Amino acid sequence: MATITMDDLHKVYQGNVQAVTGISLDIADGEMIVLVGPSGCGKSTLLRMVAGLETITSGTLKIGERVVNNLEPADRDIAMVFQNYALYPHMTVYNNLAYGLRNRRFPKAEIERRVREAAEMLEIAPFLDRKPRQLSGGQRQRVAMGRALVREPAAFLFDEPLSNLDAKLRVQMRVEIRQLQRRLGTTSLYVTHDQLEALTMADRLVVLNGGVIEQVGTPMDVYNRPASVFVAGFIGSPAMNMIPLDYLREGGHGAVLGGVPSGTDLVGVRPDEFTLEPAPEGDGLVLEGMLALLEPAGAESHLYVQIEGRAQPIVARTGGVPKLLEGAPITLHAAPGAMHPFDAASGRRTG
Amino acid sequence: MVENNRWGNLFAHLVLILGVTIVVFPVYVALIASTHPPGTFVRGVMPLWPGTHGWENYTTVITEGRSRAGTPPIGGMLWNSFVMAMAITIGKLSISILSAFAIVYFKFPFRIFFFWVIFLTLMLPVEVRIVPTFQVVANLGMLNSFAGLSIPLIASATATFLFRQFFMTVPEELMEAARVDGAGPMKFFKDILLPLSITNIAALFVIMFIYGWNQYLWPLLITTDPEYYTIVMGIQRMVTGGDSEPLWHLVMATVVLAALPPVLVILFMQRLFVKGLTETEK
Repeated sequence: MATITMDDLHKVYQGNVQAVTGISLDIADGEMIVLVGPSGCGKSTLLRMVAGLETITSGTLKIGERVVNNLEPADRDIAMVFQNYALYPHMTVYNNLAYGLRNRRFPKAEIERRVREAAEMLEIAPFLDRKPRQLSGGQRQRVAMGRALVREPAAFLFDEPLSNLDAKLRVQMRVEIRQLQRRLGTTSLYVTHDQLEALTMADRLVVLNGGVIEQVGTPMDVYNRPASVFVAGFIGSPAMNMIPLDYLREGGHGAVLGGVPSGTDLVGVRPDEFTLEPAPEGDGLVLEGMLALLEPAGAESHLYVQIEGRAQPIVARTGGVPKLLEGAPITLHAAPGAMHPFDAASGRRTG
Repeated sequence: MVENNRWGNLFAHLVLILGVTIVVFPVYVALIASTHPPGTFVRGVMPLWPGTHGWENYTTVITEGRSRAGTPPIGGMLWNSFVMAMAITIGKLSISILSAFAIVYFKFPFRIFFFWVIFLTLMLPVEVRIVPTFQVVANLGMLNSFAGLSIPLIASATATFLFRQFFMTVPEELMEAARVDGAGPMKFFKDILLPLSITNIAALFVIMFIYGWNQYLWPLLITTDPEYYTIVMGIQRMVTGGDSEPLWHLVMATVVLAALPPVLVILFMQRLFVKGLTETEK
């Protein structure tokens, strides 16, 4: 159990490529932090810097009270779960789990106890004598988790551990990892590019873009009050609609547009905040257009609405399948509180 | 096979049988010739059926050799060949796997340069550098010794190259996982890389052993003492040595015996690398 403190971490690769530029973050003991962002945003690099697999160009990294900048991965008291599991193919599951403990010269009985315990917890006890290639993807994933568990480390580091699984298993493992982490109360750093995984698993979410932190907060904070245009577009699916303020003013699309904070020139509305009926608390925004495409997705439907003078359709989400015809005129309503004001130039939220 | 065509099958088998016959025929002739009494071969008509002197010929070769022509009994020569081939094989494997490990997993100045230098030596066969090599070995006083027989042949660019290619296919995460698991470089090499390479090692072992066993020119140059004759050069001496006609029946018996150890090595190693293929996965 430990805190992780990052202070102004930088990573510069050969040829002056800046992968991580000045990240500071305090992770509390027992917290599950999810690093999320598009490919190349530096999230994996940051994780590998914490693991000790990448050197730290500048800044200070502390695990607990110890500065670990120059320690080998093995001496940092962390355990890592890799994307492709990285199980030792020639060793049995038991030996895969025990290898790290043997290298640390744990007594045999203690190794046995910990491996059995982890295997019970992960329900891989029947496979201890098998080789990794005799296991299914989900089982391999559990073994990889087990290898981290037996170490009883100060922190778990997960590098997109679910991206090699099929959709159904991914949901199942997501829940299991979360439950396990809560039960053990081990500080965890989890990297993913999947915004749904990020929202559901995190105590706090860190959205990264271009090597810097865009926003840190609880999943609901980040979802309800995205701090930047980037976060608004990245978290939530379908993505938030972005409409220039000028366009709305010209069209006279709503009464409350005067109320937006100064500096605002872009307004964001989440697809699920649009309604087909006028909002009870009064309309903030009214958009008239033509239903270009109706996408039923079971419990919900996505409506692509073409509005005049905009090439990009507006996306709205409704429950069930509304009785609407493609090509028919449609009116979308949004409450005043549903609007997210942004400054397009800086990309930041204005209020 | 996409479809079972009877005539197609027949034709394919005929071609294969013909191929096998062509390959096996000389071996068969050697085997037959080694069972006939002296003189049969020189008469000009080559028999195609086994003769009656097999036992006698083989015991002669094993116990007496052909002392008049300066060739000792072949037991010693077989042993010399075996020691030389093993020394070359084990030496080649251990040096090349270690150098490949260094090139792939460590960052040091001129890493790529060193790789290419090793690779370049592929372009130089033993024969090209044989005179300077002889000079060096002679100066070091290694003529007529096992060291002289094997050490100059130990460096192997081929094996280094093959191990390098194999190591590059091993996922990097394995190395990282081992680092997190507290295994240093040599421990990673011993515990993970080596077991994963077993298949490659077995395959290279076969190739290198046969390479070592079949060395001809080099042993011929640096050994003058019959104590260090290898079997391959022994055969050559049996054919050319002495004033009389070559005793073909004894030569052929020696040839058959000389071919046995490599065959055994292949049979043994084959089991090992089939096992390797079925048990590991990258």
